[in-house]
Amino acid sequence: MPSESLPLIFLNAALVNNFVLALFLGICPFLGVSAKKETAWNMGLATLFVMLVSSAAAYGINWLLTTLELEFLRLICYIAVIASAVQLVEMFIKKTSPTLFRSLGIFLPLITTNCAVLGLALFQTSKEYDLVQSFVYAVGVGAGFMLALMLMAGLREKLALARVPSVSQGAALSLMLAGLLSLAFMGFAGLGGAHG
Amino acid sequence: MAEASNQSTSTSSPAPLFDREEPLTADTFIRGLWEENPVFVMMLGMCPALAVTNSTINALGMGLSTTFVLICSGALVSWLRNWIPKQVRIASYIVIIATFVTVVDYLIQAISLELYAALGAFIQLIVVNCIILGRAEAYASKQRLLPTIVNSLGTGLGFTLALLSLGTVRELLGNGSILGVQLFSDNFQGWVIMILPPGGFFVLGAWLLFFNWRRLRKERRMTEQTGVIANAV
Repeated sequence: MPSESLPLIFLNAALVNNFVLALFLGICPFLGVSAKKETAWNMGLATLFVMLVSSAAAYGINWLLTTLELEFLRLICYIAVIASAVQLVEMFIKKTSPTLFRSLGIFLPLITTNCAVLGLALFQTSKEYDLVQSFVYAVGVGAGFMLALMLMAGLREKLALARVPSVSQGAALSLMLAGLLSLAFMGFAGLGGAHG
Repeated sequence: MAEASNQSTSTSSPAPLFDREEPLTADTFIRGLWEENPVFVMMLGMCPALAVTNSTINALGMGLSTTFVLICSGALVSWLRNWIPKQVRIASYIVIIATFVTVVDYLIQAISLELYAALGAFIQLIVVNCIILGRAEAYASKQRLLPTIVNSLGTGLGFTLALLSLGTVRELLGNGSILGVQLFSDNFQGWVIMILPPGGFFVLGAWLLFFNWRRLRKERRMTEQTGVIANAV
């Protein structure tokens, strides 16, 4: 609700209701680009930027559609804005750092279908945050996403050197790791802030 | 069999556009259901697969809604495939998908408000389910209408199957029930972690372990058999 204080919104989005580990949003990049810390960091930054742009745009669109009473178009408009924001980031990265562009590969355009970005836009609408609150919420969600990605990348870099049973190699092991991380993040539930 | 049919189509149709169009076979359906199961094999659509499988009924609702969107958007994409320009195809697909998701969103609200509350934002998030966009790009945009519908149905049911196999295990372990029907006596202490977020990761990981183990065992048997035959010869 609009009365929530800004630090609480940030903590809630980043830790208590971490998008990846508590709400299961953005699992694909979480499992896909978390093999190396450097790539994970850049992916996190790109996603954070897309989140900020689409959060601000979603606030404007929601205001416009509510005044025009066209709420049923919300989903289509949100996804169109997110797709354009991703296109923007893609062009920017391609121009400034072609190496980074190559290392992110297919996962860069796939930010469009990253459910964390659309989820952020939908959640801030249903929570009725104002512009400043939406901004803080987007920063919190982005920070939480980066944190989860970096933790996972660190663990997987260590695990690459470990000897594991051949049955559990690959995705199964990553999922078990994610489960343990998620278990650890449940500890933050004590910080307050209801689920959702 | 697939190779033979590929050869026949490539020799009979000279136009490269129709080169990869495939006939309607049982394989069209079964591939998505089992061999290329979206969750267990392709690792797509993981977010809903983990998020809404804390009970069987949620898993079923989510699976069927996704199947509906898959079939409708696949049919429309396949029907419009010669009119959609190459450059804007992804954007067009997303708009088509978003339209059908909005339909499903309102449908579920009308049918069961309870299910709508349980699935939450994940109904609208069907838009960004990679399975649907992946099918549109890889299959529907190249194939005729009927095979597309059958293939989408297969993929959708494969997704539903995967969700159910997660949902039943989690509900059984976490709540001691399936579809809300209590299976054990009152003494049963639910394994609560299974219906909380970490449980999703653990159960999916366990299923993948099981499939890996089966695959490795099969490979070992194959090599043993060929070894025996080689010795006999």
